[in-house]
Parts: sequence; structure tokens; C-alpha cells
Amino acid sequence: MIEKEKINWIYKKIFTIRFFEERIKKIAKEKTVPGYLHTCIGSEAICVGVMAALNQDDWISSTYRNHGHAIAKGCELNEITSEIYGRKTGICKGRGGSMHISDFSKGMLGSFGIVAAGPAVVLGAALQEKINKSNKTCVSFFGDGAIHNGAFHEAAGLAKLWNIPMIFVCENNGYAEATATDWHLNTKELSDITKAYDMLSYIGDGNNVFEVYDITKKAISEAKQKNTPIFLEFKNYRFSGQYEGDTQLYQPQEEIDKAKQNDPIKLAKENSSKYGLNKNDLEKIINEVKEEVDKAFDFADTQPWPQPEDALEEVYVNYPVEIKT
Amino acid sequence: MTIKTVKDAINDALVQSFEEDKNVILMGEDIAGGKGREQYQGTQDAWGGPFGVTQGLYTKFGGERVRDTTIAEAGFFGAAIGAAMTGLRPIVELMYVDFAGVCFDQMMNQAAKVRYMFGGKQKVPMVVRTVVGAGFRAGSEHSQTLYSLYTHIPGLKVVAPYDAYDAKGLLLSSIKDDDPVIFMEHKRLYMTSCEVPDDLKPIPLGKGRIRREGSDVTIIAIQRMNLFAEEAANELEKINISCEIVDPRTYSPLDEELIFQSVKKTGKVIVVDESNPKCSLASEISSLISEKCFSDLKAAVIKITAPHTPVPFSPPMEDFYIPSTKKIIDAVKKLKDV
Ligand SMILES: Cc1ncc(C[n+]2csc(CCOP(=O)(O)OP(=O)(O)O)c2C)c(N)n1
Ligand SMILES: [Mg+2]
Repeated sequence: MIEKEKINWIYKKIFTIRFFEERIKKIAKEKTVPGYLHTCIGSEAICVGVMAALNQDDWISSTYRNHGHAIAKGCELNEITSEIYGRKTGICKGRGGSMHISDFSKGMLGSFGIVAAGPAVVLGAALQEKINKSNKTCVSFFGDGAIHNGAFHEAAGLAKLWNIPMIFVCENNGYAEATATDWHLNTKELSDITKAYDMLSYIGDGNNVFEVYDITKKAISEAKQKNTPIFLEFKNYRFSGQYEGDTQLYQPQEEIDKAKQNDPIKLAKENSSKYGLNKNDLEKIINEVKEEVDKAFDFADTQPWPQPEDALEEVYVNYPVEIKT
Repeated sequence: MTIKTVKDAINDALVQSFEEDKNVILMGEDIAGGKGREQYQGTQDAWGGPFGVTQGLYTKFGGERVRDTTIAEAGFFGAAIGAAMTGLRPIVELMYVDFAGVCFDQMMNQAAKVRYMFGGKQKVPMVVRTVVGAGFRAGSEHSQTLYSLYTHIPGLKVVAPYDAYDAKGLLLSSIKDDDPVIFMEHKRLYMTSCEVPDDLKPIPLGKGRIRREGSDVTIIAIQRMNLFAEEAANELEKINISCEIVDPRTYSPLDEELIFQSVKKTGKVIVVDESNPKCSLASEISSLISEKCFSDLKAAVIKITAPHTPVPFSPPMEDFYIPSTKKIIDAVKKLKDV
């Protein structure tokens, strides 16, 4: 049984992410925002299901496709939108932009633009947790494409060898850019690659937020109990292009239509009565969330730009070197 | 004579090289695109790389020579080295130069050193095509230039064309060249165009180009900075200041003679480079001039570069980061009064 409060939270977050990303798609078309935008339509259940199993001070890493992770991890919507708009009050003071939405105070170690950069960083955080005998959960999010990169494999090997109870969360969304996953995989199942490291792995339906939550929760306790890393593969579909503006010519319509039948939002709605939410409850959540998203985008619009010279700040902690007495 | 964009000129040079030499192959992520969806119409060659530069090559030359890769740069860069040593002429695409970090070892320790270290018996005729440059609001990990990172390394050649003419001519040479070449394409220049003769001959590596003749001040401009140098020179002409613009085009080897001749003529020099300042092309060229042309100089060389920071995302900060036409004009005026 999941507590009522958590169920409400899950529904709230899953709709927030969808509305947020739909809004991003709209402004991307209107070309009112600078930079690359990678939306995560189709990933909502993975973002929310995993985060539902975490505490706010647990550690995660994300990628350029990070809006859903940031929202689910508790980053302020206003600060996310302001960042995407490049404003001074943005979550990274306008220095990061959409690809790097991160808030350390919410347990985000960072959203990295380099594929497969995250897992090793999370390994380090998990090592710290182990050395300091703290018990925070450490999760790295990455895509199916990242499993070909050496940095992922090196992190996986070390995590196993050092008995680090971190969670690798691979979102298998069918594509790495314009390349289909069923072409780039060498193994039958993506998670088969963990066999090389004798690492535990589980596969879940990434469209079903409650399944994602359940698997993640169990994996976290198993990882901690056995002192071992665990690899989770969640299968879903990338409805968004690689980035906003992608022609998506390589995604056949019949495939999209088929995937729509398992759209995570559709499934969440269908399942709602099972979790004690009636039509009115859902409508109330949806209206609330829509308003919040609208407000955040209105907020960003009114925010000040950074000063040009702000570019010079915070490159180092201490530079030129100051001698402290 | 045809007007071509930089993007199309590069595509032309690739097609021509593929036609001329069956050993030329191309590898990279989504350089075709649509892998795994061949059974559906219209999915093949869906991308041609993120900027569409290589579009059509897969359709023309097939998957044996035009190979989409996984996100495994260290793997396919290393493969390019072995293929080059044994007879192919591989071109690999590093989608953004910012990803250099994940496959730098291949270029720094293998491609660059194989010939020297193994007694001069081998060669590594490969080309890395990569995308550089700020001004795209692409943030800290997709906007660097890193020219000097590669220029620093003995054994690598470094090419960075400004216009479509040079892009085609220099890429033809780079592919024919027997050494590893890093060919840097600026994302803000892809859609700029100029006249490119259909039968353009390869432009030798190591030959710079005087883009504008002038007598008062020499502006040495690195890649996209030629645009701002030209704008500045046009403004300054109105107040009777005559600027000479030197575009070195290739950074290793560097056409030092061409630079020195211009310095001898004007005695006043500005180097404009959108990279970070420390150990940059700007500092290298400035130091060469100070060393070799000291007595010709009427003033210290002025460097206009980005600050010592990563590339920021937000437009006001990124615009501040990139050298500007105004900064060049101000520097020229300062030198003129010397
Ligand atoms: C080292 C590196 N190589 C290439 C890229 C360019 N790139 C960005 S996203 C991407 C595809 C990643 O696919 P996947 O891991 O499946 O994640 P998804 O985008 O589907 O969430 C590539 C190749 C990069 N950012 N970093
Ligand atoms: Mg993917």
C-alpha cells in the first residue's frame, strides 16, 4: 500500500512534467528561448517513479534531458524556467541553461551534457556515503545510448568491485539521437551488459509509474542490504525528438501510434481509481498543476537578465590564490 | 562559379574525396541517422550529423564506407587510427569538439605519436571533423573552440576555415594529407556563403591568407573572428584607418612568414581569438611576433580573446564572452594613436 500523500505527489509530479514539457515544445516553436531544448515527453513515469523512492537529500545525476528529473527531485519550477530563459534568477544563475538544470541543495549532483559522464560522478558520491557511513541513496540517470561509452563501463566495474550500493537507472527510450536502440544493442536485452560485471539488474515498464516506483524501492533496499550496485532498465518511448526542432524523420508514425497506447500519462490516468483517486481528484490536480506551470513561465518572462560581467564569477572557489591566515 | 554555404562546401569536398579515392571512409554518430529503421521509407540518412553536413553520403556511397557508430568515441577514433595505418583514409566526426575529452588519448598519444615513436615507418592519414564555437546559446559543454589543445601536440595538424572557399579547399587537402588533421568547423559559420569554383583545387595546409590589405594596423583573426575583423575594418575605413586582415587558416602548421610580412608593414598588431586566453593561439601568435619582429613593432601586440571562464549560456553573458567588433575597433583606435 502506498500512502495517500505519496500517490497525490506522484500524480502531481507526473502531470507537472508533461505540462511543463508541452509548454517548452510550444515556446521552442515560437523561438522565444535561446539554446538547445531536450524534452522528456514519455519519460515522466521513470522520473517520478524513481524519485518517489528517494528522499530529497538523496543524490542523483542527470543529463541534458533533465527537466523531468529536476522537477521530480524538487527543484523550484520558477528557477527552472528562469534558467531555461537565461535569466539571473535561474537555478544556475543563467550560466547553465536547459541542458544543465541542477540544484545541489535538492540532491542533484549535476546534469551533464557529455553522454555517460554521470555514472562515475554518482559512484564517487556513493563512495563518500560509504566512507562516511552515511546512508543516502545514490542514483545515476542515463540513456540507452550511454551504455556504449567507456565511462559508463568503468564506473560499473568499479562500483561492483568496491561493493558500492549505487543504482544505475538506464532509460531505454528506443533511441539514441536518430539511432534506434534495437540497432545499437549487441545484447538481447540492454541490461544483459551488466553480466560482464556480475551485477544485479532488473527490467521494468518505464511507462508505469507505480511499477517504476516499486522496482526502485526494492532495488534500493536490496543494494544496501547486499552492499552491491544494481542496474535498472526501464523501457519507454521517446515521443520527443532528440531535441526540439528535430524532424524525427526516423521515427515511423505507426511506431509512435503504437507507443501512444502506453503513454505514461494515459496509464497513470487509467490506473488512478486503483489508487483511490476519482475523476474529480484528478481534475483538481491537473488544474492546479497547469496553473503552477503557467505561473512559472510567466515568472521567467519577468525576470532580469544577468549582467554581462556576471560571466566572470565563480569559475573557481579561490583564484588568484588567496592565502588565508 | 557557384555561391555555396560552408556546410554545402564541406559536403562537396567529402563527396569529391569519396569519388576520387575508394579508401576514404566516414565514421561518426548519426552521420547518416535512421539506423535500425531501414524498413520504413524516408528514415535513411535522416540526419547527416546534427547540422546535416554529411547528409546524402550514406545514400550515395553506402553503409560500408559511411558508418554510423555508437556513442563510443574512443572506440571509433582508435579504429580510425588502425584503419589509417593499414591503408584507409578515415574521416571521423567528433560531434562537438567539447567531447574531445572522451577520445583525447587516441589523438594525443596514438594518432600523433605513431609515426615518430615507431621510427618513422608508419603514417596515420586520418581527419577528425569537429564542430567548434560559441554564440549558439549551447552552454559550457557545447561551445568551446579548443584550437590550442590540439595545436599544442606535435604530430597533429590543425585547420580552421572561415569561409566556404577555404572550407572546401582545405578539407580536400586535409583528406589527402598523410598526417592526422583536426578540421574544425564553426557552427556559426555553416550557413554563411561565398563563391566557390566547382573545380577548386586543394588549398595547401600551412598557407595563410590576407583577407584584406591595409597599411595602418594588422588584425590577425582566428576563424569566425574574421567576420568581426571585417566589420571593424569597414567601420574604421570610414575614419581613414586602414586595416590589414590576416587569416592564418591553419594553426599547425602556421604560416608565420605571412604574419611577419604584415607586421613588418604595419608595426601594429591585434590578434583576435574566441578561445580562452591562457596558452591560446592568440598568446602563441603574439609571442612569435614579439620574438621574431620585435624591432618592427611600434606597440605591444594586443590580444582580444574570451575571458578565462567556461562559455556561459545566457545571451548577455555569452555575448560578453565572445570578442566583438567594438572591442576590435577600440583596440585599433588605441594602436592608431601610438
Ligand atoms: C560523449 C558524447 N558523445 C556524443 C554526444 C552527443 N549526444 C547527445 S545526446 C546523444 C544520444 C544519447 O542517447 P541516450 O543515451 O539514449 O539518451 P536519450 O537522449 O535517449 O535520453 C548523443 C550522441 C554527447 N553529448 N556526448
Ligand atoms: Mg535513448
